[in-house]
Amino acid sequence: MVKKVLMKGNEIIAQAAIEAGCKLFFGYPITPSTEIIEYLAKHLPKAGGTVLQAEDEIGAISMCYGAAATGARVMTASSSPGISLKQEGLSYCAAAELPVVVVNVNRTGPGLGGLGPMQSDYFQSTKGGGHGDYRLLVLAPSKAQELYDLTMEAFDLADKYRNPVLLLTDGFLGQMMEPVELKPKPASPEFDRSWIVNGAKGRKKRIIASYALSNEVGEAINLHWEAKYKELKEKEQRWEEFYAGDADYLIVSYGTTARIAKSVVLNARRKGIKLGLIRPITLWPFPEKAFLPYKEKIKGAVTVELNTGQMIEDVKLALECKVPVHLYRRLGGMLPTEDEILAFVEKTFCPGLEEV
Amino acid sequence: MMDKIILAGFGGQGVMFIGKVLAVAGMVADLEVCWIPSYGPEMRGGTANCSVILSDREIYSPVIDKADYGIVLNQPSYDKFLPRIKSGGTLVVNTSLVNLDTVRDDVNIIGLRATDLAYELGNANVANMVCLGALLPYLQLTDYAKVEKALEQVVGSNKKELLELNIAAVKKGMKRAVDN
Amino acid sequence: MEKVFGRSKGLSGTPFSFCPGCTHGIIMRLIAEVLEELDIIEETIGVSPVGCSGFCQDFFTCDFVSGAHGRAQAIGNGIKRALPDKIVFTYQGDGDIAGIGTQHAIHTAARGEKITSIMVNNALYGMTGGQMAPTTLKGMKTTTTPYGREVEVYGYPIDLPKIIAALDGAVYVASVSVDTPKNVLQTKKAIKKAFRVQQAGLGFALVSVLSTCPTNWGLSPQESLKWLRENMMPFYAMGELKATEEVKNL
Repeated sequence: MVKKVLMKGNEIIAQAAIEAGCKLFFGYPITPSTEIIEYLAKHLPKAGGTVLQAEDEIGAISMCYGAAATGARVMTASSSPGISLKQEGLSYCAAAELPVVVVNVNRTGPGLGGLGPMQSDYFQSTKGGGHGDYRLLVLAPSKAQELYDLTMEAFDLADKYRNPVLLLTDGFLGQMMEPVELKPKPASPEFDRSWIVNGAKGRKKRIIASYALSNEVGEAINLHWEAKYKELKEKEQRWEEFYAGDADYLIVSYGTTARIAKSVVLNARRKGIKLGLIRPITLWPFPEKAFLPYKEKIKGAVTVELNTGQMIEDVKLALECKVPVHLYRRLGGMLPTEDEILAFVEKTFCPGLEEV
Repeated sequence: MMDKIILAGFGGQGVMFIGKVLAVAGMVADLEVCWIPSYGPEMRGGTANCSVILSDREIYSPVIDKADYGIVLNQPSYDKFLPRIKSGGTLVVNTSLVNLDTVRDDVNIIGLRATDLAYELGNANVANMVCLGALLPYLQLTDYAKVEKALEQVVGSNKKELLELNIAAVKKGMKRAVDN
Repeated sequence: MEKVFGRSKGLSGTPFSFCPGCTHGIIMRLIAEVLEELDIIEETIGVSPVGCSGFCQDFFTCDFVSGAHGRAQAIGNGIKRALPDKIVFTYQGDGDIAGIGTQHAIHTAARGEKITSIMVNNALYGMTGGQMAPTTLKGMKTTTTPYGREVEVYGYPIDLPKIIAALDGAVYVASVSVDTPKNVLQTKKAIKKAFRVQQAGLGFALVSVLSTCPTNWGLSPQESLKWLRENMMPFYAMGELKATEEVKNL
């Protein structure tokens, strides 16, 4: 077993990127993501890579676009306002099918907001963000080891599907220190590299572009992307179930709040309430499959989110509105306590309980 | 078993350092550990705080609502975190800087003049370690031996004088807690 | 009979799609010839922008990456950082490099990125139908300045090469024109030097080429060249604006 070390969430992401063979990082500092660029500035050059602090977030994502076009493993990281600036580049990366890994350490918003954790960028992450009908593969880790493992895997997924992958964490996960096993990365499969640009030596020239001025060509390309997104939906839905099997009620939550929700589930069980948790690990594709066994069985669900109700839309769709779905949320950087979530569950589903 | 500990004081009093030492002590004992720095508005304000959870099983919620234990090094931290200690919990208070006018009957309050005790050791900066020493006898999952190992790692065994000063401070705090 | 002129190996043979009298074709031909003469076609990756110059990837035989409006240099920086031994150039219009992409122009030069940028300046946005650009001259009519560019409203045109020349990381900056055969030859020399600067790893090189847009200027090709000489050349600083000692010794 590899010895565990105590590391900050943001640094774990950076170390995982190095381990995954990331050779280039382009970024711009913004709290609470800055430890990622700082850690990489210190350590990536020693691993033969390059870190460049760009003129702005738009420059950083455009540099990623260029570097990814050469087949190099490349990453950028930022927090919410910075991720807004990167949306142009993300749309282009999705269109040119460039494997770029992007980290969003979600802070509060809209506007400048504050530095606390929020999940307010769920829509932006999963429903487009930039212009055009594209999808990012969105991964939502909830603890140190998962930050490490999913960051490493993000690079393989990006290469496999030739699609940008977004790692969505928050200011809380980014600052938290937990033990992590810095495991060596499992070997990657061979990826197709017949599309990269590296000088047309002994071959025909290649063009990486995303323009399609003919509508017929435009439709054909969009159909190609649609097929890829369908494949992602089919193959890459991921989630964790926690006491869901016999549950009467389900909490659905990801990232930081999913961890609080786990404690809530145990507290509820002690009180005799059959509560379970589904924790989406991929936010896009949303793990609809997770809900199949439960949509006829459970009596209700609660999404616990750090926003005014974003993921709840996907949960309602996944449950086909067969049971009531409620939202419990905290906002602006505040986190819910175990007690307040449990109180909400009791009030919503077991109103007579406190009188017993 | 799980120890949930809140640590607070002025920025510069070494609050984060206590957290680090406790977290590393947990690592030494191969425990599950979660260390969270103060986050949000407090980060720029008068008080700094952090929380550490030590556990012999997986830590689900990393957020401490009510803590089992606490150390507060100044008055604003005392006022803010006294209500956040669980009934039956223990709070170590630096009475060099805190006035114990309000107390809670259901919380075991260990008051000690940590800054003065640290002065006696020649350096007021180790008041934090004096307080850690005073808390140690109450913690379930860590003890002096693990903290000593943690200090060697965090301070670095090459900085002998600094290490000895910190160890002396922890011992002084422990003794005071036991004498009480 | 001896063949004295033919299509450069750097050009793909795809016919230029530019309007009659537009000088984009000449400038691209010069770049292709330079790539061939320096024997770097197979080593080169071009970056195209958005605008009329956004079609250039079709006309060259080297690899090309096409990105978002204004981002060509940032993309080029990413390519060069990934492949430091390859040659990277951007081909951009004035709106692309001096308008929506200004931040990249400034910082690419400031960092001394070892890429070559060719800026083609026709004083307006050609592809979208002749709107005002940052380079539009005082009083010049465009579709968004129908009464002429009023400085009270829109301020003054930007002479980007002059700004870039002031930055330490830019080692070679030239402003040239393709309005006469003599100037075409001079332009080729400047472009060649800008690529040789990159080969030698000396720093950032920019060549700005004044270009015509007969369609949007509403002039014949011949009148356009005259207009360029009488209006653009007096305003924009021309010639070799900067060449460090190392560049001069190349």
